Amino acid sequence: MSSEKELSLDNGAVIYSYSLRDRWRKWCNYFMLGCLFLLSLIAAIPFLFIVYYVLAKGISSVNWDFFTQLPKPPGEEGGGMSNALIGSLVVVGMASLVGIPWGMGMGVYLSEYRATRTAKALRFVVDLLISAPSIVIGIFIYGFIVVRYGFSSYAGSAALLLIMLPVVAKGTEEILKMVPNHIREAGLALGIPRWKVIVRIIIPSVLSMCVTVIMLAIARIAGETAPLLFTALGNQYHIRDLSEPIATLPVQIYEFSKSGFEQMEKQAWAGAMVLVLFVFFINFFTRMFLFFYKKDKIKPFQKGK
Amino acid sequence: MSDVLVKIRNLSASFSSVTVLKNINLEIPSRKVVAFIGPSGCGKSTFLRCLNRMHEEVPGADIQGQIFLEGQNIYEKHIDPVLVRRKVGMVFQKPNPFPGLSIFDNVAVGLKLMGVKKRVLYERVEDSLKQAALWGEVKNILKRQGTSLSGGQQQRLCIARALAINPSVVLMDEPTSALDPISTARIENLIRRLKEKVTVIIVTHNMQQASRISDKTAFLLSGELVEYEKTSKIFTNPSEVRTESYITGRFG
Ligand SMILES: Nc1ncnc2c1ncn2[C@@H]1O[C@H](COP(=O)(O)OP(=O)(O)O)[C@@H](O)[C@H]1O
Ligand SMILES: [Mg+2]
Repeated sequence: MSSEKELSLDNGAVIYSYSLRDRWRKWCNYFMLGCLFLLSLIAAIPFLFIVYYVLAKGISSVNWDFFTQLPKPPGEEGGGMSNALIGSLVVVGMASLVGIPWGMGMGVYLSEYRATRTAKALRFVVDLLISAPSIVIGIFIYGFIVVRYGFSSYAGSAALLLIMLPVVAKGTEEILKMVPNHIREAGLALGIPRWKVIVRIIIPSVLSMCVTVIMLAIARIAGETAPLLFTALGNQYHIRDLSEPIATLPVQIYEFSKSGFEQMEKQAWAGAMVLVLFVFFINFFTRMFLFFYKKDKIKPFQKGK
Repeated sequence: MSDVLVKIRNLSASFSSVTVLKNINLEIPSRKVVAFIGPSGCGKSTFLRCLNRMHEEVPGADIQGQIFLEGQNIYEKHIDPVLVRRKVGMVFQKPNPFPGLSIFDNVAVGLKLMGVKKRVLYERVEDSLKQAALWGEVKNILKRQGTSLSGGQQQRLCIARALAINPSVVLMDEPTSALDPISTARIENLIRRLKEKVTVIIVTHNMQQASRISDKTAFLLSGELVEYEKTSKIFTNPSEVRTESYITGRFG
């Protein structure tokens, strides 16, 4: 056949054939790759546009005052969002302080005792929580805490904690599941108790991946708005007491953006820009950390020669 | 000097009520190399894992009988498996250094977690690496990842790790089956020297290896101990027909 190139050995065995069908398959492959590339590009455009838009709108109001001053009353120029910046740090910080160790502990339990009945029940709850819309979690905290004790930074942190816990737990579980069993056995066979094997050998071996999960979880709750609306509520001033309502960046952006005053809308854009940059830097530093950490430290589970 | 170090009495073991070791009785002398041979699936790994109480880590695994280590039944109720494993080290088929830990820490981690003081740590690590014939190759790169070494070096690192906590027995489950001939020869030499300090119980599917390095050889077949004799006797004049046919390659 003229359309087929063949390379055959002396004994007639064909070891290389390049038929029409092979060529067709190759072009198909290129075509699909091209489609995927194009789709990725299309998906990236709105994202780039959002970043550009937020930066363009916000940059003019992001200045020293924005970070150090309280908001000015409606209609007045200037002012800042220091109350919301500190508030977000407090609420996200409290949630993380509790949520990271607790979530990781749950992840360890889910992975290392995966066959137990408690682990199965816990996994069900975690999956349920992970897929719960964040506003539902806000309503839940409202019903359980706010109705009794009023709006407070505790209530806000509790809502963020409920969002963060399952994310950290699931992430940690999935990472630990990747550690092959023979590593655990090596630890146990050295006469190291099981919990110490997990804490001192297994987790350090996947530390960089755990850091990623934690950073992404923090970035996730830093931008949550809905559950904070009716838990932390908001506050025009700095908090003096954690049991008071507290300003947070996402809620304040939301409030200011619908205020109808041009100056407040500007502040909202500035807040949005700071929030976007914050999340961006968390991602960026995580990646940098992983890059330098990996280079020397982690070679996860390469196949032995 | 052939005092008994390990005495095994009526040992049976099962996975989810499927029996894989049937009533094994044997005695392992101190400071010797004892090889276990047999076709795959005959229960060699299971046997080794009974000796350091790793068998029970598998869900559904069960064990009967007694194993005396230095006169103490390690399966008595009040005995902590963690302490048994500190007396009975283990080296696995696939080199498995701890990922993310340096060469030094791979050897030191067992000691550290046992509470060995920092002052003596370095000495003990150096000592263990020397015993495992790895010191010369790694003394300048102790901070590097254990997993960055070659396969043969990784396996010697695992031997050093096992030796570091000063066990009286080291179990080796086909320690060279994943290695090239040169690395294998090195580890065989190493095992021959190790018996000055510890007893080595080695599982191997390589009969030349068993004959080269062991003092005594046990032949297991479908969970039963067929024959247990001086290595020279097993390989030249076995008493059992089944042993002979396995050794001469007629089955398995
Ligand atoms: N985790 C396990 N669960 C169930 N059966 C197992 C398990 N490990 C080994 N077995 C069975 O036990 C028998 C002995 O296995 P093993 O001790 O690994 O043999 P060997 O090391 O001699 O090849 C085999 O039939 C194997 O299928
Ligand atoms: Mg085996």
